[in-house]
Amino acid sequence: MAVSRPLAYSSPMHDVLVIGGGNAALCAALMAREAGASVLLLEASPREWRGGNSQHTRNLRCMHDAPQDVLVDAYPEEEFWQDLLKVTGGRTDERLARLVIRASSTCRPWMRRHGVRFQPSLAGTLHLSRTNAFFMGGGKALVNAYYRSAQALGVEIRYEAPVDRLELRDGRFVAAYANGQRIEARACVLAAGGFESNREWLREAWGRNERGEWPADNFLIRGTRFNQGVLIRHMMEQRADIIGDPTQAHCVAIDARAPLYDGGIVTRVDAVSLGVMVNRDALRFYDEGEDFWPKRYAIWGRLVALQPGQVGYCIIDSKAIGRFMPPVFPGVKADTLDELARALGLPQEAFLRTLGAYNAACRVGRFDHTVLDDCHTEGLAPPKTHWARPVDQPPFFGYALRPGITFTYLGLKTDDRARVYFGGAPSANLFVAGEMMAGNVLGQGYTAGVGMSIGTAFGRIAGTQAARAALQEGVHAVA
Amino acid sequence: MQSLDALAREAVALAGGGSPVDEVARQMQICNACRYCETFCAVFPAMTRRLEFGAGDVHYLANLCHNCGACLHACQYAPPHEFAVNVPRAMAQVRRETYAEYAWPRAFGALYRRNGLVLALATAGGLALFLVLLLASRGTLGHAPLAGDFYAIFPHAMLGWMFGAAFLFATLALAIGAARFWRGQAPGPVSGGAVAEAARNALALTYLDGGHGDGCNEEDDAFTLARRRWHHFTFYGFLLCFAATCVATLYHYGLGRPAPYPLTSLPVLLGTLGGIGLLVGPAGLMWLNLRRHPLHGDPRQRPMDRAFTVLLFATSLTGLALLALRGTGAMALLLAIHLGTVLALFLTLPYGKFAHAVYRVAALLKYQVERRQASRLQLGSD
Repeated sequence: MAVSRPLAYSSPMHDVLVIGGGNAALCAALMAREAGASVLLLEASPREWRGGNSQHTRNLRCMHDAPQDVLVDAYPEEEFWQDLLKVTGGRTDERLARLVIRASSTCRPWMRRHGVRFQPSLAGTLHLSRTNAFFMGGGKALVNAYYRSAQALGVEIRYEAPVDRLELRDGRFVAAYANGQRIEARACVLAAGGFESNREWLREAWGRNERGEWPADNFLIRGTRFNQGVLIRHMMEQRADIIGDPTQAHCVAIDARAPLYDGGIVTRVDAVSLGVMVNRDALRFYDEGEDFWPKRYAIWGRLVALQPGQVGYCIIDSKAIGRFMPPVFPGVKADTLDELARALGLPQEAFLRTLGAYNAACRVGRFDHTVLDDCHTEGLAPPKTHWARPVDQPPFFGYALRPGITFTYLGLKTDDRARVYFGGAPSANLFVAGEMMAGNVLGQGYTAGVGMSIGTAFGRIAGTQAARAALQEGVHAVA
Repeated sequence: MQSLDALAREAVALAGGGSPVDEVARQMQICNACRYCETFCAVFPAMTRRLEFGAGDVHYLANLCHNCGACLHACQYAPPHEFAVNVPRAMAQVRRETYAEYAWPRAFGALYRRNGLVLALATAGGLALFLVLLLASRGTLGHAPLAGDFYAIFPHAMLGWMFGAAFLFATLALAIGAARFWRGQAPGPVSGGAVAEAARNALALTYLDGGHGDGCNEEDDAFTLARRRWHHFTFYGFLLCFAATCVATLYHYGLGRPAPYPLTSLPVLLGTLGGIGLLVGPAGLMWLNLRRHPLHGDPRQRPMDRAFTVLLFATSLTGLALLALRGTGAMALLLAIHLGTVLALFLTLPYGKFAHAVYRVAALLKYQVERRQASRLQLGSD
């Protein structure tokens, strides 16, 4: 470029700056580089923790009209759209959603070119074999492949480079600040994740309940510790257009022993529909057998968050053993219900009363965990409408569960070119992808693999658009 | 919340780990709840057939593991994560126990633990033995050219008895080890199909291809087929050398044609080709081993791996040198060195890295047998 720059800015100016280091950021960086732009990617975390929440993902929801390598049957656009409409309760933007859906049908050859490998749906995930393409080795393998490819293509990567603010001029990106260093670029992609790791923010968003508790204090974060939402907050202060509700988050009930961050998938306990759930007072609070577990697991985080102490206890007997995906921590085991209550620290009398009432209310027909069977309770509130069998065969097991936040929905408003908006006007060179804008498509709810579909689609769009914006600006500058 | 604190303490204690077998059981509990690595190799599908991991299961899975490294680099729970999952290392540490525990004679099992030293001593002893024999028979290490006639130095019968015995001992020791291992596993009836597929997996090193054909990991998260290729050179080189010996034995006893054989004869051609493979392969494996990612495998076993690789390389190097110089006055010395090296190799086969071959094949066979049986689990969907 023939343009001279002030000496103070000694680092050579990049065409595209990508802020973030997960799937969406990498897709953007790769696309921008492939379009001919020079690219600098700033990852907040150290190298060993790179990839944000993408390192914990396992698949991508994919539209396809016919069987494809690891995908069976067909998953047409309309069905994908209806699924999305259902899980979001209509809180979605149809145009952007359909854009994601269509992109999901064509992105995999590109992903493969950059080293991502796919595998058939895992044991225990047959219900996803039609809709979701699994990454061989999971999300971290995908992230590794993208970093390798980015490096090979000459994308400059810096770790431990958290960006805390941007320099904007009239809605245009000028520079970003990381570790006090000012970094200029002709265009910028924001793909730095949500704010779910920011416990202070979660506390503030969830507030205080009628019991005087701060529920978010008892939340665990299923993913990275680096999604502090610094840039989302900064963009709010910069008056970027925002979408989403900060109290909305994908929230799953996970093992209370899970680490505060990065527990990932293994901390789930898939036994809820096989037994009963009680709260700290040893009372049941929701129908455990309402629907198949894959369709219901995501409501239990919020249900547990509403209980006193934000804790729930999944209680099963030995009939359930071998019928659910093995959890990472062994359950608390006891030979009697009395003993189990003691071991779990639950009020014994109330626990025995609850279990006794449940056991007496069970109307056992033909138990079949693979269908909505006819085993149910009668005269019990709340009822258990399927798979209701008495918890009476020792040994008994209990798992304490806490709300585990997967991701947040609050983000930046965007359009089909992934542009950031200020007061209803799009920026010419600032783009957004991934969790920072997923709320445009996913205003609430979730369905497996759709986060990666959004991240991949919008990461690629943002990268392409950023490269175009940067290279056009370069042409103008030279002219 | 006292009970939760207690649960948390228990979880931390669980993460502490105990013996290598306990450590694999702990990690498999985590992997079994994750399963992202299912198609990298046979270990993970075998794991999903289980809910608990007793010592027998652990030894089986450990020997099924090819230490390719794919699951480590892909692992969201690998260090520095507090779950500290490093399956290739945990498995390698158990394999060392397998080799020691199932060894025959049992007392020799301890040799695994000091394998580098044992190999060095065996090699030195083998060399010394042949040099002394040489001196005793001729009074000198040098001599006038003998046109490659080995038996002018050491009588054929003596060599036959010595190496025959060493070979039989090694075979017997390994077979007994394998039989003990197999008895502890009891996978059920073995079908021809299972045998054929296990053999193919072993001969083609199926599980060094990463499940996607790009290969396994060496110094970083990139995939390469290098290890598979170098291992093929090594293994098939070894096999060709063995075939050369068998053909020569046949020539000697069956056709009454004693060595030396011309360069274009079958035994020499097989031996030369095998020897080249056994130079190239171990050299490549050594090069890779020196550059392996520090988290791969068990660091304490590196001396064992390297000593065995060096011994294979030395066997081939001394053999080829002997072939090249068999017409000179250095033949006797080279012959003594070569035979000493080969003797050391044979005597230490059952107590060194070579043992991985028999336990790996046994584990692969068990996998193929088990895979053909219906799973006893009826896990719901996650």
